[in-house]
Formats: sequence, structure tokens, C-alpha cells
Amino acid sequence: MSAPQQTADGDAILEVRDLNFFYGDFRGLTNVSLDIAKSRVTAFIGPSGCGKSTLLRTFNRMYDLYPGQRAEGQINFHGNNLLDRKQDVNLVRAKIGMVFQKPTPFPMTIYENIAFGVRLYEKLPKSEMDDRVEWALRKAAIWEETKDKLQQSGLSLSGGQQQRLCIARTIAVKPEIVLLDEPTSALDPISTAKIEELINELKDDYTIAIVTHNMQQAARISDFTAFMYLGELVEFGKTDTLFIKPREKQTEDYITGRFG
Amino acid sequence: MSDMAPPIDLHASQVRKFNIQDMLFHQVTLVFAFIVLAALAGILISLAIEALPVLKQTGPAFLWTNVWNVPEEQFGALSAIYGTVVTSVIALLIAVPVSFGIALFLTETCPVWLRRPLGTAIELLAGVPSIIYGIWGLFVFAPLFAQHVQPHLQTALGDVPVIGGWFAGPPIGIGILTAGIVLSLMVIPFVASVMRDVFETVPAPLKESAYGVGCTTWEVVVNVVLPYTRVGVIGGIMLGLGRALGETMAVTFVIGNANRIVGSLFAPGTSIASTLANEFGEADPGLHISSLFALGLVLFVITFVVLALSRWLIHRGTVKQGK
Repeated sequence: MSAPQQTADGDAILEVRDLNFFYGDFRGLTNVSLDIAKSRVTAFIGPSGCGKSTLLRTFNRMYDLYPGQRAEGQINFHGNNLLDRKQDVNLVRAKIGMVFQKPTPFPMTIYENIAFGVRLYEKLPKSEMDDRVEWALRKAAIWEETKDKLQQSGLSLSGGQQQRLCIARTIAVKPEIVLLDEPTSALDPISTAKIEELINELKDDYTIAIVTHNMQQAARISDFTAFMYLGELVEFGKTDTLFIKPREKQTEDYITGRFG
Repeated sequence: MSDMAPPIDLHASQVRKFNIQDMLFHQVTLVFAFIVLAALAGILISLAIEALPVLKQTGPAFLWTNVWNVPEEQFGALSAIYGTVVTSVIALLIAVPVSFGIALFLTETCPVWLRRPLGTAIELLAGVPSIIYGIWGLFVFAPLFAQHVQPHLQTALGDVPVIGGWFAGPPIGIGILTAGIVLSLMVIPFVASVMRDVFETVPAPLKESAYGVGCTTWEVVVNVVLPYTRVGVIGGIMLGLGRALGETMAVTFVIGNANRIVGSLFAPGTSIASTLANEFGEADPGLHISSLFALGLVLFVITFVVLALSRWLIHRGTVKQGK
């Protein structure tokens, strides 16, 4: 084994091996190896610029959109290397959904925001589509607030509601993995609490990888935590262990607030 | 910091001075804004006054009378309106898809090194004087078109019902279709650069989210970029249409300047602007001049209606989107 640090229980759904990432000549990630456990929440913490978002964006090849960015190494998903050029990126992105820092509802109605992604891959009759939209909105705990205004613009919702709409939209496609890139950093504490609760409920059905600036958040919601610094994975392990008995001095310094 | 700036002591006189400055500034900008309105109203009124003699004689029938007989002093705007509208529609039919493609390529799929030279080239194209397009259209494009395109169009489409008649007649190069094509070339840089600019305003995270649910570039553009930029895109198209409707020199060169309506797009025709350009110089005072002014008024109204229509389209789209 190429020594991914302990993953303990659960199977790995994503195996990252010797991943290097480049922004042109700048190396953003150096030899990152770790396993993302299935049906668990894995959190990525570290100071700004440490590469945690970069790492997350390799999982669905989002970097592909930008010329000059490239990744080397392996990310194995069901036995396929996601970084393989032959891999169909659209299919990857349907299986590995993503929610961003700022809520990004599409410029269409609430209903269409959900139905849009579903339609890309499934032909559903109207009634089934209605069910799917309701299911996704319920799953994202926003059904009660939106059921009477499904035909209104997604932009008419509040920030926190928009973010839950984006989560609903992501899970409506029924992905296996949901990537969350600082999903609560633009939200107020109450909306944040709702999203955290939601993540807790979603992890039974989905594998979740979340980048967060908020260490308490990582401690509250994740099963595994990865601490990154300057593009390297410093420490990775069970969240309890990492926060209570970190192995590395750097991790301890960061989580106790001595730097970062 | 220890050395704080001393608190500002405003005397009553200073306050009053600021008030006067503020008021002056307000009034001056108001005047500037009103100059625009005044100019608009002035143009409209003077056009109407000058057009009055011919409108008195013909009434609203001026709009749908297909006659332009200078010696007999019989004037009707239909052939010019027809030429203006048809050439502009042809121009847009060609320019909109092409501009859309250009803007899409520039913002979504163009390699970085090509982006700037290509963008600059398009802006340069927009700066070419229209007379150049006219000369090129007459001496270069029209002969090539007559020799290598029109005969093929005729054999390919001439026998198709309904649209076959559009391609009838001798392939002489100049005519309505040629004017429409030259116009489309003139309009493309405007529409394309407006579309590119508005496509660039789409926030990257929004596009990423669409890619994030598994969209292809085409799906992202159709479902996210276009709805998000709808107002700007329609604005760009309308800008192009406005230019096409009013374009004078290039059209005058290639449209053929015949005051009649023929079903074929190969046939020569005329447009409002080209009629004005051709006839103003030697028009006699009286009904002839008056009808030219009336034509100008019609062009003004057409442009205004187009603008109003686009506003309405934009508004309706907003309602439909659920805002």
C-alpha cells in the first residue's frame, strides 16, 4: 500500500494517490495521497492557500475549465482514474456533485433549478419530475419554505435558502459524492446551523467532502479530517483523534490557533 | 494612532457654499440631460413639419403606396420600407448566429493566446468606415456573388415552393440579398462584441455550478449563460438592428436603387436611407423634399418601434423567469 494514512472503517470511494497539481508553473498540491471513506463526512482544513479547495476541485475535474491548470497522479473512483483524459468529465460531475462558497442559483424558477440537472441525464414524465423535485427539496430541508413558490425565481430566496436550494439541486441528480467548498462561509449562524444539520442527515446516503475555514465546524460534522499546509497533506485521520491528539506539531499549532 | 486629525469645524458660510455648489452641480447635470430630450423632440418635430405637405396630400396611404414617381410627383414609402425591413432581417438572420458563435468561442472555448488578437480584430472590423464596406460590396463581393453563389442558390432552391421565388431572376450580383449580406458583415462586429462583453459578466461560480451538475459547454451556455445575459444579448441584437436599419452608404452601393418591390431577393430594391442619400442632393423643393422628410420620419418611427418592442420582450422575459 502506498500508505494512505488511516481510514479505519468503511470502504474508500475515492482513492487519491500521489496527486500533484499545477497552476501553470506553480505547484498547488504536492504528493497528496488519501482515501475518502464512503458514506462519511471528510473535512479539509488549513490556512488560506493551503490547497484544500484545489484538492476538492480535482475530484470533479473542475480545474479542466481553466487552461494552464493540470493535475498529475491518480484519483480512483470505482476502479477508474478520474484524471484520465479519456474519462467523460460530464458524467464524473453528475456522479460527484459540488456546492460552492457563494450560493449560485441558476437564473430560472426554483422548480427548474432542480429539474434542470435531472433532465440532463434522465427523461422523466412530469409527475415523476414533480416527485423528484419535492424529494430533493425535502432532502435539503427547504421544501416547507418553497412549496408554495416553486414558480418563483431561485434568486428570490434568502442567501441561506439559496444555498440549501443549491444543495437540493446537487442531490437531485443523485450523485454518489457531494463536494462542499466552504458552503457556509457566506451565511449567517442560523443558516449555517441548518446546513450543518443537513450535512449530518445526508451522510447516510452520500459521501461528503467539505472544505471549511471553521475548525469547530470540521470538528462538529466530520468523521475524518485532513489538515493541509502549503499544498501538502500534513495529517489525515479520524476527526476525534486529529483534534484531541494530533500527531504532527503543525496540526497542533493550527488547531490551537497558534498560526494560520 | 495617537495624532488624530483635528475635528473639522464647519462654519455656516462654508456649509452654504457647499449647498450652492451642490445645487449648481445638480442643475447643470439636469440641463445636460434635458439637451438629449430636446434634441430628440427637435428632430421629431422638424421631420414632422417638413413631411406635412406630402402627408396632407396622401394621408396615411403614404405608408402603403408602392409608387415613387418623381416627375409625376407621386410618392409612397412602401418600396423603401420593404427594402429597409427585408435587408435588415436578412442581416440579422445571418449576423445573430454568427455573432453568437464568435462570442461563445471567445468566452468559452478560445485558447488564451488567441483571445486578445481575435477580440481586437473584431473591434477593428467595427471601426471600418461604412463606405469601405460599400466599395468592397460593389466591386469585390457582388461580382463574386453573381458568378459563384447566385446560380447555385438558384439551382438548389429555385424550385422549392414558397421560397423558390426569392431566388428568381437574373443573377446580377447587386440587389436586396447582397445588401442584406453586406449589412450582416457590418453588424456582426457590434453584436459579437456586445455579446462577448455580456457573456463575460456571468460569474465563474455560476458557470462552475452548471458544469458541476454535469452540463456540457453547450448546455451551460443555453441554460445558464443565455438566461443570465438575456437583457444584454437582446440589447446587442437591437443595437445591430438599429445600425442595419439606418445604414446608408454601404446599402446605397449594393442595393441597386430601384424604387419597386419584386418578390425575388436577387432583384434590386431600395431602402429608406439609400433613397434619402440618392435623392436629397437634387430634390426640388416641394413635394419631393417633403416626401424624403416623410421617409426620414418613417425610419425614425420604425427604429422607435423596434426599440420599444425589444424593451417589451425583455420585460416579458423577466416576468416569465419568475422575478
